[in-house]
Amino acid sequence: MTPPMLAIRDLNVWFGEPPDRVDAVKSADISVAQGESFGLVGESGSGKSTILRAVAGLIDSWSGDLQVAGLKVRGARRDRQFFKTVQMVFQDPYASLHPRHSVDAVLSETLHLQGIGNVDQRINKLLDDVGLGRSFRFRYPHQLSGGQRQRVAIARALAAEPRLLLLDEPTSALDVSVQAEILNLLSDLRAEHDLTYLMVTHDLAVVGHMCDRIAVMQHGRLVEELPVADLRRGAAKAEYTRGLIEASGSLGATA
Amino acid sequence: MTDAPLLSVRNLRVTFPTRQGLFQAVRGIDFDLGRERLGVVGESGSGKSMTGRSVLGLIRPPGRVEADRMEFQGQSILNLSERRMRKIRGQRISMVMQDPKFSLNPVMTVGRQITEAYRLHRRVSRADAHAKAIEMLRAVQIRDPERVMDSYPHEVSGGMGQRIMIAMMLAPDPEILIADEPTSALDVSVRNEVLSIMDNLVRDRGMGLIFISHDLNMVAQFCDRVLIMYAGRIVETLPARELHKARHPYTQGLLASLPRLDAPQDRLPVLTRQDSWRDDDLIAPRADTDLPGGL
Ligand SMILES: Nc1ncnc2c1ncn2[C@@H]1O[C@H](COP(=O)(O)OP(=O)(O)OP(=O)(O)O)[C@@H](O)[C@H]1O
Ligand SMILES: Nc1ncnc2c1ncn2[C@@H]1O[C@H](COP(=O)(O)OP(=O)(O)OP(=O)(O)O)[C@@H](O)[C@H]1O
Ligand SMILES: [Mg+2]
Ligand SMILES: [Mg+2]
Repeated sequence: MTPPMLAIRDLNVWFGEPPDRVDAVKSADISVAQGESFGLVGESGSGKSTILRAVAGLIDSWSGDLQVAGLKVRGARRDRQFFKTVQMVFQDPYASLHPRHSVDAVLSETLHLQGIGNVDQRINKLLDDVGLGRSFRFRYPHQLSGGQRQRVAIARALAAEPRLLLLDEPTSALDVSVQAEILNLLSDLRAEHDLTYLMVTHDLAVVGHMCDRIAVMQHGRLVEELPVADLRRGAAKAEYTRGLIEASGSLGATA
Repeated sequence: MTDAPLLSVRNLRVTFPTRQGLFQAVRGIDFDLGRERLGVVGESGSGKSMTGRSVLGLIRPPGRVEADRMEFQGQSILNLSERRMRKIRGQRISMVMQDPKFSLNPVMTVGRQITEAYRLHRRVSRADAHAKAIEMLRAVQIRDPERVMDSYPHEVSGGMGQRIMIAMMLAPDPEILIADEPTSALDVSVRNEVLSIMDNLVRDRGMGLIFISHDLNMVAQFCDRVLIMYAGRIVETLPARELHKARHPYTQGLLASLPRLDAPQDRLPVLTRQDSWRDDDLIAPRADTDLPGGL
């Protein structure tokens, strides 16, 4: 039996020391099978990004058991092999791009690090894939709009040809047509390369489109896990989830 | 002064020099803002943020802003000196930036930033400013405002950063708020609360709101009017509740590419952009009618 691509067991993440300690994630369990697309939704500040950041090795104050492709990870140390397997797209594209590195530098650095050849061609292909085009290759982050920056961040994550992508609000800075292009691209890549996604988004229609299963978070806890079919039917058990579905339904009705 | 528009813009152009020559991010747009909720939608890179930033003199050189008119309550604010703009920015016209965390000072606590910004515009004691900041954070649904006051920007979540920025910008009671994707990281329930705060300010205090967003459904429900931007121009202006009756193929394409919870599909339709959209005739009548802020 193949192990899950990502297994999170009894994950606790905290920041600071008592009495100021913040328990951002409390006893979370998530298992994402190889090739699956799993959505994480929930209240703002409930700990979604924190889970992704703990997996990516950006936080060391956590306890529990984290396994990626059957291998245990510890603390905040991740080796090069890990980043060959796992890449993350951050919620805040401005902060995740170095202000003095051009798009070209960002992408070629990742390609070199991962020992991927044919850099010139790959960069052009990546820029085409995310709908930016080659004329953006030598721009700097401050010369890009919010959505253009996010697309550079997505291109960077794809450049490493990972097997597991941690996507934190990957399309919330994008207009709906670019969002459609990126979501289609992510679907194609998943089908072609059997990629696995763990995706945070506040947009239920987007998780509905992209994911097989979702988990709902509130106050640092997973309150419910459900298949997307149930989400569509509005068949949620937790009160909080039902509220979310209702609130987004009332807006969706106009389209 | 009664029905002069709050903001009146004619033939606004924003230009940047690039390797490939001059790039026109905004290419001659006209609009008026009344005491209303004016939505601005359009694809990534179409010039929405640059339009908002140019009103506040926030286009950094070598970028250039030109216009035949840019008036705030009848007074020109085009390329004001930084000293004079500072009297307006933050106090009378404020802007919630698209990258809220980036716009906050990383080495100052959230609480200090909100209270200092507030005291810059209002003569109040430190204690009163503190109380006001807590009140504003609570209003935007921050659960534990005391903790958040003592936090640094990197210690708050994406959606909390957005709400902090909104709280900070609304505290001085501006006459115009330009909100650039203010709710893109918020879950629906928090988002609806934040929208209702802005809504109340428009209705009760006559604030003018420019609401930049990708979320077509939300704009259709929340705003009064919508400007649709494409490649630096306003291609169409519609009453918000008639957004779904848009005539421009671009707007129609945007609407079609939305995923829907109730109607799953394998692939999302994408836009096929036409070169002609860049320079075609504009669909909406130009906004220079004598009904400020009207159609
Ligand atoms: N470095 C940090 N130091 C202290 N507290 C932190 C830190 N990072 C996050 N937190 C806190 O942890 C909690 C969870 O934050 P997280 O970013 O995971 O939320 P989120 O679910 O991603 O929310 P959003 O949808 O708004 O992005 C928040 O209360 C936040 O203030
Ligand atoms: N300093 C700069 N130099 C060159 N081009 C720039 C610069 N700043 C912005 N641009 C370009 O101006 C255009 C308009 O940018 P703007 O930020 O207004 O887009 P937007 O409509 O807000 O998009 P988004 O929805 O992605 O935020 C973009 O194509 C962007 O690449
Ligand atoms: Mg987050
Ligand atoms: Mg923008």
